[in-house]
Amino acid sequence: MSKQDPRGIQLPRRRFVQGLALGGVAAGLGLWRGNAWAQAPQPRSELRGPHFDLEIGELLVDFTGRKRIATVVNGQLPAPLLRWRQGDTVTLRVRNRLPVTSSIHWHGIVLPADMDGVPGLSFDGIPPGGEYVYRFAVNQSGTYWYHSHSRFQEQTGLYGPIVIEPRDGEPRAAGRDYVVLLTDWTDTDPETIYANLRKQGDYYNIGKRTVGDFFREAGRDGMAKALAERRMWNQMRMDPTDLADVSALAHTYLVNGCTPAGNWTGLFSAGEKIRLRFINGASMTFFDVRIPGLKMTVVAADGQAIEPVSVDEFRIGAAETYDVIVQPSADRAWTIFAQSMDRTGFARATLAPRMGMEADVPVLDPRPLLSMGDMMGSMDHGTGHDMHDMDMMIGMPGMNMAASPSPVPATSPQADMRVATPRTNLDDPGVGLRGNGRRVLTYADLHAVDAPISPQVDREITLRVTGNMERYLWSFDAKRFSDAGPLQLRHGEHVRVVLVNDTMMTHPIHLHGMWSELEAPDGTFQARKHTVVVQPAQRISYRVSADAPGRWAYHCHLLYHMEAGMFREVVVA
Amino acid sequence: MSVRLTLQLAGMVGLLAPALAWSQSADMHDMPGMAMPQTDRATTTDPHAGHHASSAQASNAQEHAGHDMPATDTKALPPNDHVPPAPPQHVMSVVTPAQMTSLMQMDDAAPTAMLLVDRLERSRSTSGEGATSWEAEAWFGHAIDRLWLKTEGERDATGSDGRIDLLWSHAWTSFWDGQLGVRQDIGLGPKRQWLAAGVQGLAPYWFESQATFYVGEQGRTALRLETRYELLFTQRLILEPKIEMNIYGKDDPQRGVSSGLSDAEAGLRLRYEVSRKFAPYVGVNWTRRFGSNDATPALHARETTWVAGVRWWL
Repeated sequence: MSKQDPRGIQLPRRRFVQGLALGGVAAGLGLWRGNAWAQAPQPRSELRGPHFDLEIGELLVDFTGRKRIATVVNGQLPAPLLRWRQGDTVTLRVRNRLPVTSSIHWHGIVLPADMDGVPGLSFDGIPPGGEYVYRFAVNQSGTYWYHSHSRFQEQTGLYGPIVIEPRDGEPRAAGRDYVVLLTDWTDTDPETIYANLRKQGDYYNIGKRTVGDFFREAGRDGMAKALAERRMWNQMRMDPTDLADVSALAHTYLVNGCTPAGNWTGLFSAGEKIRLRFINGASMTFFDVRIPGLKMTVVAADGQAIEPVSVDEFRIGAAETYDVIVQPSADRAWTIFAQSMDRTGFARATLAPRMGMEADVPVLDPRPLLSMGDMMGSMDHGTGHDMHDMDMMIGMPGMNMAASPSPVPATSPQADMRVATPRTNLDDPGVGLRGNGRRVLTYADLHAVDAPISPQVDREITLRVTGNMERYLWSFDAKRFSDAGPLQLRHGEHVRVVLVNDTMMTHPIHLHGMWSELEAPDGTFQARKHTVVVQPAQRISYRVSADAPGRWAYHCHLLYHMEAGMFREVVVA
Repeated sequence: MSVRLTLQLAGMVGLLAPALAWSQSADMHDMPGMAMPQTDRATTTDPHAGHHASSAQASNAQEHAGHDMPATDTKALPPNDHVPPAPPQHVMSVVTPAQMTSLMQMDDAAPTAMLLVDRLERSRSTSGEGATSWEAEAWFGHAIDRLWLKTEGERDATGSDGRIDLLWSHAWTSFWDGQLGVRQDIGLGPKRQWLAAGVQGLAPYWFESQATFYVGEQGRTALRLETRYELLFTQRLILEPKIEMNIYGKDDPQRGVSSGLSDAEAGLRLRYEVSRKFAPYVGVNWTRRFGSNDATPALHARETTWVAGVRWWL
């Protein structure tokens, strides 16, 4: 099947990456279902109606040959698909059978603050043995998801899809409609992963540059060029291979709870339209998704309809959702291939006319390196792009003050890097996808089909996305949650949030309770999102209509970044 | 060739960088202007002035009555179906940060601890003498302030020699910590005690470096400098060159110390990371002792030893 990149990335045991064909929940439920696993699509539990009973509990699972305890809902991983109808008022009675406090957050759903499910802000959490009844009106439609907002329960399995049927029926009806929920399972206790990262920030980076890489580059480009290229990064103490904090060294990537070997399969008849509702429920992983041989028409982002755009590939950040429509014309199998951004592993599923069919699984793309633009931002200023110029800029955050519109804060223990001139363009698909010969979705392609909620901007708030990889500190404006007061919004005002990413990592930033209305660099409305991905050294802006009174969470949706401090409270009053 | 050059540079950069970083640190911390939120920013004016809110906004109109801000969108789009949520029926009371931490199960200031046994090795010198030596450190605390315990020493047929440092460490800049504390010498000779002040961190070009200045009784002073680097042959096979120098203000014959540059040590250790946390290694160490000292036999003035050991951490 798939051959892995022989160039230096020593993928761990094949079984670990590919998982077990008969693994996952089947093992936990016993053998009675195991044998049917490979032949039948996973019987996904689906719950409908305005009343739902959900029970959070533990389950023994086995994805890689090691038995582990997962956190699940109604004994299932992923949690059951919830089908709601726009206009309904739903009631969800959630019981907690865990020995610890739990919670469920309805991601991307506009609801009263006390129904948002964030312990400490919305409610006290659901104590062991206790329950909480969520009840709210559903006034939106599309693809969303739900997950725990307590510690690392999301990574250990507490996530599930939500599909809300539009009031007037689905405008883009398709013959088949599947949820494709991408996640990153780990056999390691998330507490251990977090502790490892705090002690060694590059613990899970298995693609660092070696002496051999250097001589290969020197042989190809000349010694001077290879040295000069390294000089920049090394002077800054930045690592261009730092693409993900947690890699396939710890992760096995799942589609709807199935390992790559388990191969979740969606059935279709040739010529039929299939709507695939992609949800990234991973804790720490960006996925680059494609179906080799098929064009994907993206029709919705974060549940909100957009002008259809046809692409070969898209990157989906943690917590984002994209709905795509595909129309396989031939009677054959197609692989849904979702490689992690750091190219250490992949999730895989199959679209097939009949069960048991499969198509080639592509080889992982070569591992990319971050570019100078990912560290420096826009390099279109000054006299040129040569190394000498860049050399002048590094390590001197204040230097470009005169040239840049706002003063650049200094580096500090909480912020190991500052970007003087961030790039603002939205048409960059991001590291590893640039110029790969495929048509890749970018934020510049997202155009809402309806008007923005905020027609205007009353006030602008700039937040710098900051971090220190060596110390494993993550924050907004170099202040971790524990050091920072809440962001205050006046009820009814319209603010523009400007994010400037002063780190070399890509962050999915999620505001609870209110939409983030993404803007083009010139301030025009692009699309409505609940999670906005900001690339390294990028400036991105969106409008927020502060129409939801209460206390809300605002954070990076990479779970360990959130835990490490990249979190703020937003108060609307 | 570049490797050798790097090794030579390592010492120099390692020695200079802490001093540079230290001098910069004063104006690096507590920057004004970083306080949040920036709530008093001037209201933005938009270049698309003149366009008015699309029809979609009619339902929201009362929400921003009184504002006469320009619309930002040129395209007339159909109305959205957004309905603002009802206010919460139960509002969480504001709790103390500690209660919040416990409710959220999210503590970005939680302390943590690490134990690193960097060297635990047997060595054999070219003259045939064997010894056991160690270098270990442990820290406890959070990202900014930590308590460090460092120890280093050697035990051979003639006895043991070593030191223990207990330091408070504070992160001053992105990559540098300042450290203050005490040092206790152990092993042969008088058990000297010292006050310690130093810097530790990551110098440009990824040199892990530290420089510690000591003041002891009877006007004794000492300076210890160390820098190390990692060269990856593969993701697991790692060569670590290391240089260490000890400089003293006074002779101390009972401890085999002479004033000025008393000793210098360069090591090369090749480790294989069975896991990130456990790595056996082999290596070679060159030691040079300076100054004429009765307590130090001449044959110890230059010493090459072969070493084998394990590096592990928790």
